[in-house]
Amino acid sequence: MRIILGFLCGLIFGVGLVISGMSDPAKVLNFLDVAGNWDPSLAFVMGGASVTAYIGYRLVWKRPAPLVMADFDIPKSTAIDRPLLTGAALFGIGWGIGGFCPGPAWTALPLMAPGTLAFVPAMLVGIVIGGPLKAKLS
Amino acid sequence: MGPIVETEFTPWASLFGGVLIGLSAVLVMLAFGRIAGIVGITSGALSRLTSGQTTTQDWAWRVAFVLGLIAAPLLMQGIGQTVTQTVPSNLLGMVAAGLIVGVGTAMGSGCTSGHGVCGLARLSPRSLAAVLTFMATAGITVYVLRHVIGV
Repeated sequence: MRIILGFLCGLIFGVGLVISGMSDPAKVLNFLDVAGNWDPSLAFVMGGASVTAYIGYRLVWKRPAPLVMADFDIPKSTAIDRPLLTGAALFGIGWGIGGFCPGPAWTALPLMAPGTLAFVPAMLVGIVIGGPLKAKLS
Repeated sequence: MGPIVETEFTPWASLFGGVLIGLSAVLVMLAFGRIAGIVGITSGALSRLTSGQTTTQDWAWRVAFVLGLIAAPLLMQGIGQTVTQTVPSNLLGMVAAGLIVGVGTAMGSGCTSGHGVCGLARLSPRSLAAVLTFMATAGITVYVLRHVIGV
């Protein structure tokens, strides 16, 4: 059951990324290029997604527990600290170079563009080494 | 990083896609009680290979979620939709970008989905700080690459 639900959630997320245009690095880079041929579409993705999640979360949190896990596990940290800001700053640089953030990179994988096949393994290596670096910075 | 490809302004498709992404985030919270942050899910899926510090029940759904992401464009093509995509062709640049995105999102505990969608929906000041930071550095990076260096 967990596996089916997990797959369906990923599928809906991925279809959302494709329909919205977020899975196309050209569109992402044009969104970030305010001084060029600016394409503001992705502001609508963020808006639609955040507002939907804002409303939905509040309905879900009325339940005592989630459907297939024992309890809610929501980040408790509130500190705006060095690892957070350094990591976010780095992420933005990489996003601005490649036009991929992690979700769209996964959805791009089966289309097998050379740039995607270069990006995804490097991203996974980065995620593995980024964890210990976070502990060092904080 | 390759020629600039013009893209059309698509407010309705983008809004609809965004609602689907939000819906998925809500379903992840309803089913698993977790944040639908792709980096968190990915590093959880990888944890079996790296630290092994996770329970099977908290691991399997993450792997399935990633497989769902990968299946999405194939489903779209299967129902006759064209999946438009132009990926930068500078492979060295893409390796560097991937590495920086991986390190940055792991260090900053989130990406566009974890801090952007889920964090903003939780009204988390920490996530807002992260979003403002990565939007700023991403904008500056594109500005420098396209308008200063001109690659």
